[in-house]
Amino acid sequence: MKAYSAWSVFRHALTGNRHWPRAWRDPEPKAGYDVVIVGGGGHGLATAYYLASVHGIRKVAVLEKSYIGSGNTGRNTTIVRSNYEQNANARFYEFSLKLWEDLSLELNYNTMFSQRGVLDVAQSEGMVERYIRRGNAMRLNGIDAEFLSPAEVRSMLPGIYEDSACRYPIHGGLYQPRAGNARHDAVAWGFARAADSLGVDIIQGCEVTGFLQEGERIAGVRTNRGDIRAGRTGLAVAGSTGHVAGLAGLRLPIESHVLQAFVTEPVKPVIDTVLTFELADFYISQSDRGSLVFGGELDRYSSYAQRGNLPIVHDVLEAAVTMFPMLGRVRMLRHWGGVCDMTPDGSPIIGASPIEGLYLNCGWCYGGFKATPGSGWMFAHTLATGAPHAVNAPFALDRFERGYTINENGAGPFFNLH
Amino acid sequence: MIRLRCPHCGLRDHSEFTFLGDATVSRPGTEAAGDLARGGAWSDYLYLRRNPRGVQEEFWHHGRGCRAWLVVTRNTETHEVLDTRLARDRGDRA
Repeated sequence: MKAYSAWSVFRHALTGNRHWPRAWRDPEPKAGYDVVIVGGGGHGLATAYYLASVHGIRKVAVLEKSYIGSGNTGRNTTIVRSNYEQNANARFYEFSLKLWEDLSLELNYNTMFSQRGVLDVAQSEGMVERYIRRGNAMRLNGIDAEFLSPAEVRSMLPGIYEDSACRYPIHGGLYQPRAGNARHDAVAWGFARAADSLGVDIIQGCEVTGFLQEGERIAGVRTNRGDIRAGRTGLAVAGSTGHVAGLAGLRLPIESHVLQAFVTEPVKPVIDTVLTFELADFYISQSDRGSLVFGGELDRYSSYAQRGNLPIVHDVLEAAVTMFPMLGRVRMLRHWGGVCDMTPDGSPIIGASPIEGLYLNCGWCYGGFKATPGSGWMFAHTLATGAPHAVNAPFALDRFERGYTINENGAGPFFNLH
Repeated sequence: MIRLRCPHCGLRDHSEFTFLGDATVSRPGTEAAGDLARGGAWSDYLYLRRNPRGVQEEFWHHGRGCRAWLVVTRNTETHEVLDTRLARDRGDRA
């Protein structure tokens, strides 16, 4: 792999950018690999990269039924943060955030990671208490957190609603300065290019249709491009986890739900941080191109459709113009839906499955993007050694039956309430 | 908009209803109390789901209508509604 540099950008510009080499190969699947990863999104590609770079396991294939990054990697709203209260979550997402901070250098690919901060706006007295509590928990775990006064929040957000014009005055906000966002496609492409250069086969247009069973264990996958044997098989298929695990006869603590997101036409810079309004089920940020990117809650019925329904469109747009009345005349470019693999405690699953040879990386709910490098690192460790790292051990599948759920917001065992 | 044909109220927008989930899981009896181990009835009921990409039977509550619990047969990939009936008519599993 030829490293990208300022010089290569300059040189290729002189020749009209006609001679860039392709960033990764397009190999035919081989008969077998040490590790086969199902799912060519950010998590699967990151897993392959860390298997090759950290553990020296290079006979690895990533199988993607469509093109890489075509699922939730290309559908999320690109937020990266580690502002969690539960210890297991805080440690895992902070580990991931630290990987993000060096990711562009590590991959020699600009992921456009921008630490513009995430601000959770408190709109009631109760939220102030909860946010201060969460901020303190974060600081105990070594994560940056500041509680901002109403005046500080307002000074950061010149376009926000006036207290007198809204039912919920601003009471302050929990701010994590090191959080921010990144370019979602670039994360998939960067991991793909780096993994490919270490010998990983990225096989697109390859859909898993079943598993190769040898007695009690799984020894590979059946695909539309032939059978592929594997020492270990890892699933990183996000919203399709229920379907693919079903091919192996597994029932999991996962229900697939649709989450919608929205983007406006590009406008001049108006919001220079990532904002969440929990009370209105609304969050918003501005992309580097100027588009406002925002979203709300799940549609709340189970779905694999990758499209949502109008009641949520109405709710989210209502919240948008309530929080930022200036957006009333901004035109929408598009909206879309992604399928979220919701768990009954709102936390992911990274670890062994009940079937030997099969490993799971799933249950990301609607928070998988920020976890991309951390998830890949931990899943690679688990696949390489056969045992979880201390950081992902709490995210084992059997935590449910053992009663060790990691329930960040305290909702009960309902998939659509997390 | 998904529209459900409530046996009492007719064809209504899904925003009148609340989705509960898979209607094929059944709540265990008290004899299974405390049984959360793998394969245990309560662990299954609380956490494990078939989660099919395709036809699923599911509970919906008509909270902004007649307040009846319904069993809806629906395709999770296309959102097509195939059947709607009253949960109480199922008796054993409702």
